[in-house]
Amino acid sequence: MNALSLWFSELKETFISCFITDDRWEWLVEGFVNSVIITVFALLLGLVVGVILAAVRSSYDKNEESMKIRGGIGYYVLKLLNAIAKIYITVMRGIPVVVQLMIWYFVIMVSAEDIPIAIVAFGLNSGAYVAEIFRGGIMSIDNGQFEAGRSLGFSYFQTMVHVVIPQTVKSTLPTLLNELIALFKETSIAGYVGILDLTKAGERIRGITFEAFMPLIAVAIVYLVTVVLLTKIVAIIERRLRRNER
Amino acid sequence: MSDNIIEVRGLKKYYLGGQVKALDGIDADIKKGEVVVIIGPSGSGKSTFLRSLNLLEMPTDGTINFNGVNITDKKVDINIHRQKMGMVFQHFNLFNNMNIIKNMTIAPTQLLKKSKEEANEKALTLLKRVGLEDRAEAYPSQLSGGQKQRVAIVRALCMEPEVMLFDEPTSALDPEMVGEVLDVMKDLARAGMTMVVVTHEMGFAREVGTRVIFMDGGRIIEENNPKDFFENPQNDRLKDFLSKVL
Repeated sequence: MNALSLWFSELKETFISCFITDDRWEWLVEGFVNSVIITVFALLLGLVVGVILAAVRSSYDKNEESMKIRGGIGYYVLKLLNAIAKIYITVMRGIPVVVQLMIWYFVIMVSAEDIPIAIVAFGLNSGAYVAEIFRGGIMSIDNGQFEAGRSLGFSYFQTMVHVVIPQTVKSTLPTLLNELIALFKETSIAGYVGILDLTKAGERIRGITFEAFMPLIAVAIVYLVTVVLLTKIVAIIERRLRRNER
Repeated sequence: MSDNIIEVRGLKKYYLGGQVKALDGIDADIKKGEVVVIIGPSGSGKSTFLRSLNLLEMPTDGTINFNGVNITDKKVDINIHRQKMGMVFQHFNLFNNMNIIKNMTIAPTQLLKKSKEEANEKALTLLKRVGLEDRAEAYPSQLSGGQKQRVAIVRALCMEPEVMLFDEPTSALDPEMVGEVLDVMKDLARAGMTMVVVTHEMGFAREVGTRVIFMDGGRIIEENNPKDFFENPQNDRLKDFLSKVL
């Protein structure tokens, strides 16, 4: 009995030194907010980059043959853009994000603020994945939908806007939200370049208190709860989309 | 000026750098008010020929004059001319993200700049003609194959085309639904619409065709009025084909 109450009082002491003393819990809050900011803005940047890359890649895939026959400068411009997009995607997907992050921080954007660097690094990386999600979505839409649009007299662009992209958004939305979840967890390496994200906040507490268990478990729980909540939201959205189909 | 709506000269479509000759020099004229039925074994190039007429397939060589304009010319804006060439596909290709009335009005409102009221009125009149006025708000996934194809036909008619192209419109239908689609096509033919129809329905060819074309190996082998075509075929390959399908 005595041993148990001793254990409890020790636990309480650790808790106080980890989170209450000097308001250390505020680091966790600040870290969480930073993680969310990096994730959200990186995803927005990733969407912009991804849409552009996917537009180039799928335009090339869909029009290569007819443009080749028709000839002209447009074909070569598109071919060049497509090659650039392909290289971009290969590079971004082939190098670990943590290495990319360090290259941005220590080599390319040396004088910039920390969090914008992380947003750029994660966003440009995420763009490569988003591009492939979109391209897969566009290519999975039956080509007949596309041909029907063109046969009515719609241009390639109009057909994309009115017919193909609305269907693509619907089919890729769940995958995109999963990319958001993956990105949120991925930002846990931002501490590598000294950014106070959620993981780094836990690390900072560990460094001061020499307590590993309490801060790391706290960080783990915050990640887990956030991801579970996001997953639930994705499931609800997915159900909504399916219901609209009927 | 001749009364030909479409004049095709020396049309060729090669794949794999000429190893596969889908179309191997086609000359054909389509006159106003004609119902030209194209038959032939699978792989004979009949669908490729039809799809070339509105450049869904880019020909490798040859010219297509539509209303006196060479639409294979690179400087010609094909989208303008496609507005005047309605097309009906084997797999209907209704836009899955729009209900029936939107399917029918999107092109007239966007491309012909018709008012929404005007386009709706026209669409409902046409839907009534094919007995589907009560399905205007339905989505394509809620219709049967025969209903979808009837909608696809009137969707094309909403653009007030000068010629209608049919690419095996009944091949993907359950047998009991073939009749309802053919009836719509027959009405259309009687109303004086210029039609080019690729089909396996010999009864349709005989009954409403003004001319029947037999294709094989990417060439036109024989063409004649339906009576002589079916009762007095000249070419051995046509005789062989007819003996198998009749």
